Amino acid sequence: MTDDRVFKALADPTRRFLLDLLFARDGRTLTELESELEMTRYGVMKHLRVLEDANLVVTRRSGREKFHFLNPVPIQQIHDRWIDKYTEHHTSALIDLKDELENGS
Amino acid sequence: MTTLTETTTQVYRIYIKATPEAIWDAITKPEWTKRYGYTGLADYDLRPGGAYQVRPTPQFKAEAEAQGYPCPDVIIDGEVIEADPPHKLVTTFRMLMDPEMADEGFTRITHEIRRAPDGGSCSLTVTHELAGAPKLAAMTRGDLEAEGAGGGHAWTLSDLKSLLETGSPLAG
Repeated sequence: MTDDRVFKALADPTRRFLLDLLFARDGRTLTELESELEMTRYGVMKHLRVLEDANLVVTRRSGREKFHFLNPVPIQQIHDRWIDKYTEHHTSALIDLKDELENGS
Repeated sequence: MTTLTETTTQVYRIYIKATPEAIWDAITKPEWTKRYGYTGLADYDLRPGGAYQVRPTPQFKAEAEAQGYPCPDVIIDGEVIEADPPHKLVTTFRMLMDPEMADEGFTRITHEIRRAPDGGSCSLTVTHELAGAPKLAAMTRGDLEAEGAGGGHAWTLSDLKSLLETGSPLAG
């Protein structure tokens, strides 16, 4: 059930972009995040809400400001549940094959 | 305006099917802390100004020394700033395992435990204020895992959740 929310949250390019922004520099306000996107403040708030519901973003108040932090724990849990299980050996072999076929090398 | 403090703060949150009291004990009691994550023996004097120390288990010390790391008798030290069991614990935190991290001095770590709306679980939020401690920040972020420094807070919290929910940590 928690996995559903995380995958749903990650299934959107704007939300992945927001996570990448926080990964590059954590602890940002809505105003800062909004300035990086061609989108209304309300649109960015909606996306942040989905990320918060999935526990991928945690907010913290400091004075009048609300700061957004990337919470890597759900991604760690998905990694433990879905990546470790399907042996990284096989995964990397397939990625190598894909690279070889696509690059023709 | 984002202050320097905010950009150097790390926040981790995990949901655990356990009571606030069980989570509090797992954070503050050595019989629990030796069973997950970095497996240190925590010792808190749970009042403002009280001492906070983590000591290595004999096994941890032996393993660290076998790998060529001299292991001090106290691996983390700090001071309790606020203790409100089983909801909130604020301490300072200095890592003594590595001389460079020890030189970075004291950082500040807050544990908050809240009942989730579902009633059966709690959220545990760890906020680590790491201004002036870039090396420790890399370790707590899990960036030094390949060097044998463990997976940081995300890894420790996942392990704590496994232990409380299943009775055994991730590593078995």
